[in-house]
Amino acid sequence: MKILVCITHVPDTTSKITFTDGETKLNKSGLQFVIGPYDDYALARGVELKEQLGATLTALNVGLAETEPTIRKALAIGADDAIRINAEPTDAYFVATQIAHIARQNNYDLILMGRESSDYNGGQVHGMVGEMLGIPSLSPVMKLDIEGSLAKMAREVEGGKEYLEASLPLVLGCQEPIAEWKIPNMRGIMSARKKPLDVIEPVSHEVWTAGEKYELPASKGACKMIDASEAEKLIELLKNEAKVL
Amino acid sequence: MSVLIFVETTDGEIRGTALEALSYGAEVARMTGTSATAIILGNSLHADNLVSIGNYGVAKVLHVQDERLNVGVIQAYTQVLAQAAEKEGATIVVLAKSSLGDAVAARLAVKMKAALASNVVDLPDLSDGFKVKRGVYTGKAFQTTRLNTENKILALKKNAIAVNPGSDLATVESFSANLSDADFGVKITKTDKITGEILLPEADLVVSGGRGLKGPENWGIIEDLAKALGAATGCSKPVSDLDWRPHHEHVGQTGVKVSPQLYIAVGISGAIQHLAGVSSSKCIVVINKDPEAPFFKAADYGIVGDAFEVLPKLTQAIKLLK
Repeated sequence: MKILVCITHVPDTTSKITFTDGETKLNKSGLQFVIGPYDDYALARGVELKEQLGATLTALNVGLAETEPTIRKALAIGADDAIRINAEPTDAYFVATQIAHIARQNNYDLILMGRESSDYNGGQVHGMVGEMLGIPSLSPVMKLDIEGSLAKMAREVEGGKEYLEASLPLVLGCQEPIAEWKIPNMRGIMSARKKPLDVIEPVSHEVWTAGEKYELPASKGACKMIDASEAEKLIELLKNEAKVL
Repeated sequence: MSVLIFVETTDGEIRGTALEALSYGAEVARMTGTSATAIILGNSLHADNLVSIGNYGVAKVLHVQDERLNVGVIQAYTQVLAQAAEKEGATIVVLAKSSLGDAVAARLAVKMKAALASNVVDLPDLSDGFKVKRGVYTGKAFQTTRLNTENKILALKKNAIAVNPGSDLATVESFSANLSDADFGVKITKTDKITGEILLPEADLVVSGGRGLKGPENWGIIEDLAKALGAATGCSKPVSDLDWRPHHEHVGQTGVKVSPQLYIAVGISGAIQHLAGVSSSKCIVVINKDPEAPFFKAADYGIVGDAFEVLPKLTQAIKLLK
């Protein structure tokens, strides 16, 4: 059994986002980069399945050399080896093309990743990879068990859950509570340094989208405070001033 | 050339966000000088609802009456939409962001060789190519994105357009797609869905509670206010982590991102991850005992006070209003 976990290298969730170069680039100064929070769930479930089923687990990232500390962290958490596609991840179609190319050579039984990255939030890559490989894709998956060649899953849908079954191979976008995040221990960190990390050049692709300018949401005016003893006044303001009731 | 709009249904009704997709698609068709066609899959929708699609500016509806499509099978839905787009000569597909819409859009993009923009928050800018504004960094920013391909797919964030229904009726046409067993390779064995409740991701009004409520047994005051308002209930991440509330109520960066008209946060301090999930709300009210709670900086209205005293007063005032 072979499992591939695709991870993104994104600003920590507590980051304040700003832009540079005429609002065309993310201002990376002072930002902490981490494994995408949803990818962390995918990785944690991948490590659990590896231990349960005796699978091999490969971590993959599409990114420049700056992402290697993030990839090493995935190795420290439990991936056996890693692949870095040496390119800036320009859009979902580009990233999916690279993942599908690697997957065609390696016949993974399971391709896991987060439901979406926390930078572009498209939630597109798993579906695109599934379509490119001609295998099912499901997201957001919050429960995953493997019984032989059958995967039993739960997917979050608006207002509840959908339970599903499908044969491997599959591509899954994951979210909590599929597994608990894992924190690397010292032994993991030491062994991660020696694990193989292959750097592969990207395959060519068509450019479908191009990001232009960024902007920040309009800032709020001052918060209007209402005294707790006259709380009911809020309702009148919401109706007549804010006009949201 | 035309615009195809995927209309998602739930419990035999058209989803609220699908009405936005219809209005958006009709407007894009007008802007590009083409026609718009809606498509409905499955046979759970009543005939009156089908023709009512005309109210949203779309004159033609393709209805795929195949009961296997009464549940959202992602690959089968993708096939149907691709075939419908081909039949209609559609170069633009519009859909509302959802657990099904997102999954279908990604596969359809590859099938149609179409650039896909997600979290679209406004009508396209056609003055120089085809550009859309979309939410990025989990509600912390927006990006203008250029779509270079002839075919395009737009997945809309809630509130991308205002819905102003008219009174026109649509004509309904049957459409059958060629589907193989492989398209139904994924089996949906069971669905656990709360029915009759307002769905959080699509709600216009949301009342959310945090750890300040001290325990799940105290959620009655949140539910009472939500009920009086006709609002959905949400919660902060610690609350769902503690299992006080179900995970699908978790609002924030790694939970549900909401964009309601009104978001009322009770006993939530306002961590940056929570703010990211609510930043596209039109109006934010914060009720917190702590006057230093960071959430007040992101709020339009604030009350410093004890939720157990303030909320019943608000619920009472709403009831008097109605």
